[in-house]
Amino acid sequence: MSADHLPEHPDFLWRNPEPKSSYDAVIVGGGGHGLATAYFLAKNHGMTNIAVLEKGWLAGGNMARNTTIIRSNYLWDESAAIYEHALKLWEVLPEELEYDFLFSQRGVMNLAHTLGDVRESMRRVGANKLNGVDAEWLDPQQVKELCPILNVGDNIRYPVMGATYQPRAGIAKHDHVAWAFARKCDEMGVDIIQNCEVTGFLKDGNRVVGVKTNRGTINTEKVGLCAAGHSSVLAEMAGFRLPIQSHPLQALVSELHEPVHPTVVMSNHVHVYVSQAHKGELVMGAGVDSYNGYGQRGSFHVIEEQMAAAVELFPIFARAHVLRTWGGIVDTTMDASPIVGTTPVENMFVNCGWGTGGFKGTPAAGLTFAHTIATGAPHKLNEPFSLERFETGALIDEHGAAAVAH
Amino acid sequence: MLLISCPNCGPRDETEFHYGGQAHVAYPEDPYALNDREWAEYLFYRDNTKGAYAERWVHSTGCRQWFNMLRDTVSYEIQAVYPMGTPAPGGSAPGTTANTAQAPEGASK
Repeated sequence: MSADHLPEHPDFLWRNPEPKSSYDAVIVGGGGHGLATAYFLAKNHGMTNIAVLEKGWLAGGNMARNTTIIRSNYLWDESAAIYEHALKLWEVLPEELEYDFLFSQRGVMNLAHTLGDVRESMRRVGANKLNGVDAEWLDPQQVKELCPILNVGDNIRYPVMGATYQPRAGIAKHDHVAWAFARKCDEMGVDIIQNCEVTGFLKDGNRVVGVKTNRGTINTEKVGLCAAGHSSVLAEMAGFRLPIQSHPLQALVSELHEPVHPTVVMSNHVHVYVSQAHKGELVMGAGVDSYNGYGQRGSFHVIEEQMAAAVELFPIFARAHVLRTWGGIVDTTMDASPIVGTTPVENMFVNCGWGTGGFKGTPAAGLTFAHTIATGAPHKLNEPFSLERFETGALIDEHGAAAVAH
Repeated sequence: MLLISCPNCGPRDETEFHYGGQAHVAYPEDPYALNDREWAEYLFYRDNTKGAYAERWVHSTGCRQWFNMLRDTVSYEIQAVYPMGTPAPGGSAPGTTANTAQAPEGASK
């Protein structure tokens, strides 16, 4: 077939401009968080002379590699506030961005398998309710009613003793989310520049004044770092350190199946999380590989363990096949909470440390980080998530508290 | 899966080992002399090198001994395995700079 016979290319959702010599602000990283930040800078703060620099292609890092789970059932007040704000934004963004990214509020279940799990889960349900987050405790029979393919019998090593359930939680189409933000950013005049890798920063004393890239030097008054797993590499270029360790995090999908899985199920204890994508793939993920890694791949035994857990919980999955596995690079902190705020370098700001759960936080990361960049001071939602908390000791310790291990 | 050469037991699967993070981070000589910034550095800040990285591993289901390893964090290639308390081979690799002069660390504590 010659090219004449192919259908016309659909309209491009954003331009591919050449970088200008200067911008009012530059966002490093064209994933979900970078694009959301640019969107809120333009929309809420009128900053449209800005650029998003992406070293690869738009949303090709963790935004393309996550398991798209959205929930806000975190234990601590600070986390519940920012993740619940994110969830409220997810609920209005399809209309606001005029793009249906298939946000499906099918609920998220977090299973309890031990007496410790049960107590922790009930405590978290209580904490969630006090913070206005929808949450309920389900006994095994209610679990079975909501998700009939789950094995709630006592014939497995760690029987299901109940679950917490957040009905408003769910999944969304990650690529479409990125495209929705990118299109609106572009409409408002934001330059999205792909294949543009940052190689250094220009500083006047301790103030950042520009960005060196493989496509030339760009002068700018403000820089926002949104590079997830590569945040430490950028910080080192800028002359400061971050309390971040980058780990591989793997996920996998099966071939397409008829709809069998009506909700999202997460298990901290046997460690797997499973949903079924709109097209029909079973999507699974688990914990990080233990070692530091920038390789966007991990060890196979991690995949094997998460599938073993999935088959025990969902016997019906035993005859499904793994279609693809992949890895991303997640930026973990010691307290499993993000860092959104100022840095030791003047006019340079950082949004990182979202670890294994950054996708769900995308809208709130963008909103609060844009506020921080535009005003020079944190929004009340990201104030607790400062870099200084590691010195003051005001940690937000979501390890084990946040419904799933990180 | 990584194939790790334990200095005592020889090459074994990664699943027999546990990761111990960055190597050569010594306990402060006098913790009470540290200010909050320095204490935060010791507790929470570790190098996050892209490239050759000196790190600790323990052979949990074998000899149960700790050892150091120099591994590339991009290719995951293991470049050297060496005993606790000795500096990283080459010496100049990133991730090997912190407090190397302040041995003894590891096995003796």
